[in-house]
Amino acid sequence: MADGKSIMVDTSKCTACRGCQVACKQWNGLPGTKTKQLGSYQNPQDLSADTWKLVRFAEGRKEEGKPYWYFFSDQCRHCLEPPCLNAIQGYAPDGGMQDEATGAVIYTEKSKIAPLEEVRSECPYNIPRQNPKTKVFVKCTMCLDRIKNDLPPACVKSCPTGAMVFGERNEILNMTTKRVAELKQTYPKAMALNPNDVRVIYIVTDDPRKYAEHAAG
Amino acid sequence: MTNHWIDIQHSDCILIQGSNAAENHPISFKWVMKAKDRGAKVIHVDPRFTRTSARADFYTALRSGTDIAFFGGMIKYILDNEKYFKDYVVNYTNAPFIVSDNFDFNDGLFSGYDSTARKYDKATWTIKKDAKGLAEKDPTLQNPRCVFQLLKKHYSRYDLEKVSAITGTSVEDLKTVYELYSATGVPDKAGTIMYALGQTQHTTGVQNIRALALIQLLLGNMGICGGGVNAMRGEPNVQGSTDFAILSHILPGYLAAPRASQQTLEEYLKKNTPQTADPQSANWWQNYPKYAVSLLKAWYGDKAAKDNDFGYSWVPKLDDGQDASVLNMIDNMFEKKLKGFVVIAQNPACSLPNSNKVRQAMTNLDWFVHVNIFDNETASFWKGPGMDPKKIKTEVFLLPASASVEKEGSQANSGRWVQWKYKAVASPGDAISTGDIVYRIVSKVRDLYKKQGGTFPEPILNLKWDYADEKGRFDPLKIAKAVNGYFLEDVTIGDKTFKKGDLVPGFANLQADGRTSSGCWISCGSFAQDGTNLMARRKKDDPTGLGLFPQWSWAWPVNRRIIYNRASVDLNGQPYNPKRPLVAWVEGKWVGDVPDGPWPPMADLEKGKYPFIMKPDGVASFFGPGLNDGPFPEHYEPLEGPLSKNPMSSQLNSPIIKIFSGSCDKFAGCDPRFPFVMTTYTSTEHWCTGGITRWQSWLTEAQPQVYVELSEELAALRGIKNGDKARVESVRGALDCVAMVTSRFRPFKCDDQVIHQVGMTFNYGWLFPKDCGDSANLLTPTVGDGNTMTPEYKAFMVNVTKV
Repeated sequence: MADGKSIMVDTSKCTACRGCQVACKQWNGLPGTKTKQLGSYQNPQDLSADTWKLVRFAEGRKEEGKPYWYFFSDQCRHCLEPPCLNAIQGYAPDGGMQDEATGAVIYTEKSKIAPLEEVRSECPYNIPRQNPKTKVFVKCTMCLDRIKNDLPPACVKSCPTGAMVFGERNEILNMTTKRVAELKQTYPKAMALNPNDVRVIYIVTDDPRKYAEHAAG
Repeated sequence: MTNHWIDIQHSDCILIQGSNAAENHPISFKWVMKAKDRGAKVIHVDPRFTRTSARADFYTALRSGTDIAFFGGMIKYILDNEKYFKDYVVNYTNAPFIVSDNFDFNDGLFSGYDSTARKYDKATWTIKKDAKGLAEKDPTLQNPRCVFQLLKKHYSRYDLEKVSAITGTSVEDLKTVYELYSATGVPDKAGTIMYALGQTQHTTGVQNIRALALIQLLLGNMGICGGGVNAMRGEPNVQGSTDFAILSHILPGYLAAPRASQQTLEEYLKKNTPQTADPQSANWWQNYPKYAVSLLKAWYGDKAAKDNDFGYSWVPKLDDGQDASVLNMIDNMFEKKLKGFVVIAQNPACSLPNSNKVRQAMTNLDWFVHVNIFDNETASFWKGPGMDPKKIKTEVFLLPASASVEKEGSQANSGRWVQWKYKAVASPGDAISTGDIVYRIVSKVRDLYKKQGGTFPEPILNLKWDYADEKGRFDPLKIAKAVNGYFLEDVTIGDKTFKKGDLVPGFANLQADGRTSSGCWISCGSFAQDGTNLMARRKKDDPTGLGLFPQWSWAWPVNRRIIYNRASVDLNGQPYNPKRPLVAWVEGKWVGDVPDGPWPPMADLEKGKYPFIMKPDGVASFFGPGLNDGPFPEHYEPLEGPLSKNPMSSQLNSPIIKIFSGSCDKFAGCDPRFPFVMTTYTSTEHWCTGGITRWQSWLTEAQPQVYVELSEELAALRGIKNGDKARVESVRGALDCVAMVTSRFRPFKCDDQVIHQVGMTFNYGWLFPKDCGDSANLLTPTVGDGNTMTPEYKAFMVNVTKV
């Protein structure tokens, strides 16, 4: 197997326009769910069977008193060794697979017999969700259907600022290393999150826990 | 924009003030981030920390409505620290000009103020002229009556402490912004200012823009790559809508709307055609008669002839002094002086200020035609909150229109690029394009006039009205050609003869004698005689390497991508910044972008011209006598503000704004019942009043309900927790919404006063979804800028309480 594909998510370029969140729903035919304003820009509140990509908003004050607002465009990391797949395959050997060419982690209909809590607790990033009716496990597919047709994932395509880049894994890894080095000059805490373990590699400029609970796993 | 979107990448310092570009112009941030990658500094100044602030290198807050104080402080900083680009200021602006002896400024008022009429007599706002009619100048800038010295004197009052006391921005932050931005006042650096409605929607909106223009001129940032004053327009074609005069004070191509006192074409042209005695000034508007007559010929065709003033008497006239913009229009409707109303693609029941007044005014109408792609709060005003449909006599017609992707036509973006688009999908149901709707209605009205006659039929029956295709449908290509303009007879210009019926290749060929037509002179040259629609071009050649892409679409004027570009070179036509040469004079001709006119550079005293060709004097104006509220921007508080006294002068508010006094128009500045400053805005997820986007479930999922953003400090004061229901109230209306308690708003300290500011989006309305809330414009005041009547949506006073 080749190195497969990767996505770099450079949060230092993200404007939280949520184009990716909407593009994901549009391409994958997912409905808008009924939400309420609960005192935050983040909506829906969490990932779900109908929301596979979610921009998380986190705000606070910096040491000098000025605000910060961090954006984390959350989705499946497509782990190189996906623990969720082990958990599902323990119940349904054909319940999921890793696409050979890209490395995308895909669940199948047969996943429905696996227990939600066990699969979810295996994922360090709290990604897997179950369709409440069919019980089939669902999440980001890396837009494998688009990739097979030489199109970038819908989220990447929609990004106006270049915060998301899709490509060959080795190229994305090089790009990530270079970008982190650049950012470190201004943000000493800049880092890539688990680049050796995941295909969707986030770059942050501060403590990842300030972005989202499961940002770094 | 004087520049264009792609050009933002060339900036060395980007000041975003009066805009939330990342949220409201997301694609702009593609170029902002590219500039950042090159090492540019991005500064965001805004009352609220937004998604734009999150990506800025430096953020600071100012209290809504205090931009002129902020900019005035910067002007003083630039002058005091000699950060200005001296050659540019001396040669390309009116800084050396001597101002009339009688001009004066005292305690917030310029000379000539009439307090009864609330307006200025501008007779003293003039430049001294010598016997030849040329401006008296002092190129050393030392004469105490020269513009430069008067500018210096005017802004000497805007010291850091005073500016800080007005804006609530700390002295330290002011200094940081001033220092970062004024570093672009050298030949090889460029600074750009990106702004939007955060600058314009104030009673001092036009002067806000002028203040930032003065900064750009001091720093030599106008007309250069990576510089400019860049107004980011809202809707994809809002630039086109102003180019084509969807406004009450202009005709297409920014020609003035005629006034009642201008009864003849000669009077109209005389009033609007500027003169200059200076042979080095191109004074491009001297061509005004050519554009006006060509427009009349486009409208009235063969019926327009020299002996009938080309049909000038058929053009509607505004009364002298009349302002026919929306605030007065609604006021007239409220006073039952207006009986019929046509609304195309708008939602005034949610978008105009003081929605209660607007909605009430609409009940006075006899008839109302609404053209839109969806129902909205305006179309359904008669069944809105507090309305009894049985008591409303208005007959309402709702005409379904095509959406933008369902029709062919041109779209002008903020950078003046006019891009042709094709129809992507058919319209649903009975919907047809607005062009088709207008074409059919006017055709029918013409038939009725023909059959039945009527009062003053000439403007209707003499219209040249042949824009249908062979099947009788509106033909956008025919319109595009009429807009470009035709030769109506064989015309010889220089050594070239054009045939009758040829398309005019550029506005320099338009004539004032009726031999040419053009529906909008600035668009002349967009459609070629060989059948090429230049707006439809999609070539990606980039000969300058600066991203001008001259063969992608077509930009007005004459495909010039950066206007005033002759100011980017020295007197000999050599680029001030050789790293980004926009135009250059090479071996007797200009290379690069399409220059602002073909003449040699200024050093050629015989044939050379000054760079600011649209100004009668040929130079940019620090001293600008054309506006209603003064030749220099001066800080006044918003009509509703938190201060009882303006720290700059005895004039609390702009002395010339119109104060509406109808039963619905109440105001409460510095009133303990309404202690908090409010500003309104939009979000990424919704489009303006949400009239389009609230029907889109992915967008209402992301931003479902109306909310008020307030600081943690104010929330504590009012006992409000994040997510609580809160009531926001102004003297005009009240609105319940969700409280968003956030660290992104912080109280301002203005002198010894702590001022709280809150903010809301105006994205919601009662129609759909049912639980989304209503419009923030229930709260906003009916008051407009003293020049444009743009409503003051950005600064007024409210109370916030827990429900």
